[in-house]
Amino acid sequence: MEEKRNYIWALGITFFLIVISFVYLQVNVFYVYLVAYIWFGFAYGMMLQYGRFCFASASRDLFAAGVPRMAVGVMIGLMFFSIMQAIISSIGLSTFHPAPFGLHMLISGIIFGLGMVLAGGCASGSLYKIGEGNMTNFIAVIFGLCLGQAIFVDIGGIFDKLIPQAWERSALAKGLPEYIIKDGWFDKYLAGYVWNQPTITLAETKLISSTFPGAWKYFIGNSLINTIIPATLLILLIYFTVYRKSYIKKAGRPSLGFGGELGGIWSMITASKRTSIMGVLIGITAGLHILAIGGLQRKFGVTNFGGLLQRMGYPQDTSLMGDVFDPGYWYITSQEAQFGAWLLEKLGWDMHDNIFFGINNGLPEPLRNPALWMSIGIILGAMVMARLSNEFALKWPKGELWLWGLLGGLLMGFGSRPSLGCNIGAFFIRIAGGDPNGWLYGAGMVIGAFIAVKFFTWWTERKMAKELESF
Amino acid sequence: MPVKFEKKSDGTYMLDVCGYVCPHPQLYTKKSLEKMQTGEILEVIFDNPSSGETITQLCEASGHEILEKKKEGAKFIFKIKK
Repeated sequence: MEEKRNYIWALGITFFLIVISFVYLQVNVFYVYLVAYIWFGFAYGMMLQYGRFCFASASRDLFAAGVPRMAVGVMIGLMFFSIMQAIISSIGLSTFHPAPFGLHMLISGIIFGLGMVLAGGCASGSLYKIGEGNMTNFIAVIFGLCLGQAIFVDIGGIFDKLIPQAWERSALAKGLPEYIIKDGWFDKYLAGYVWNQPTITLAETKLISSTFPGAWKYFIGNSLINTIIPATLLILLIYFTVYRKSYIKKAGRPSLGFGGELGGIWSMITASKRTSIMGVLIGITAGLHILAIGGLQRKFGVTNFGGLLQRMGYPQDTSLMGDVFDPGYWYITSQEAQFGAWLLEKLGWDMHDNIFFGINNGLPEPLRNPALWMSIGIILGAMVMARLSNEFALKWPKGELWLWGLLGGLLMGFGSRPSLGCNIGAFFIRIAGGDPNGWLYGAGMVIGAFIAVKFFTWWTERKMAKELESF
Repeated sequence: MPVKFEKKSDGTYMLDVCGYVCPHPQLYTKKSLEKMQTGEILEVIFDNPSSGETITQLCEASGHEILEKKKEGAKFIFKIKK
């Protein structure tokens, strides 16, 4: 009976998205762009849920339980995605853009890493877990990623005093409208610091582009050097420091030899088949996503969905630059911030007087926000998969989970804005695109996760000793 | 929210972490197993799907034997022998 009900739910959700897609296409053919985001989101959601693919568990389970499955899954996903990105770059359809390089990436990563462990899921992980019925992650997304982020990028007043004079001077020299730059610490941080930092992809460095001309620079620089070699080294590091000891014990031999070591590495990679297989599929799908959006941009002669919104008569949705947030690939957090800002504007808060929404990302109506539809697609895709495997259960947070969800969500929000992205946009996408910034953010996430795991381990021991009689 | 850890009979314990999200089910499982004696059995009940994957690998890495994996609705029940 339960299985039948879940099956009906899964069919109903899929049918709903099909109907929505047809409605959009009937209204205007330009909405095929938005529909593409919906279905890529849906695919990500299904794969994330099936693979239990959460970046939070990559470092958390490694430190907390000595389990490497997710760290390995992420590295596999990165390798495949980097090859896809190199292919797409070589045919000139890449929508990838690197981010300003600097220490802010490491610091943001630490804050985000703390948040994702506290909340029980990274940005994409929290979305797919909402699809499983997990309301702790819903709290993290609504209060942290949506409202927390929107307020974070808009507040000024006393917070402006935290900004160094040099950043303020540099920001004022950019010639931005006064109503944008006069108030708001994040505006001064962006215009006075972040915009002054260099952007790098290895393929575009003089050394790589002159040594490996043409498309080779993408495969050698971005894919091989920036992604595949470091990811392989990390897999080896995890194997030798975490997995090998138990593998040797199971094998019953004191030494393995080269073949045996390779067998051990393979055993680690295939220990969780569903995670590793989904790592491969997610990497390939993320590449196809870039290809599809790049193709649509070329077809319609735009570089951003804002251009299509203007043609359809919605200039009020776009920023001063005529754009909306349209990453062109898998990305979380900015669209949640837009949704939070949209809600706050309904309550009378002016959210257009800052760089993040006013100049860069716009504030489209949710129904015309392609990236927000991608997030909805992730939730619904995960819900369909969870329903089909009878794993959906509506779980409202009780007690401490309210605190962890709220605090974790806020830290994730605060940790994703200064880096202009989260575990997906600042880590996964950037590394595979050849931007070494991604590794800096990843290192920060690992440090943050390590601290949060130490805290939770202490908390759990204390709670068990205090509250559980039989313990 | 109460976590339940009860002695069901001699050498058999029950840990109920339903409602908890990552990383709590796997942390409570790890800590419970650390407290138990070799040969004792822990029945873990949880409803966070991704914890199942981690608990399975945690047991493999630590040499604990999973005697039984059951699913009752959206709940997972793992019987683990330390």
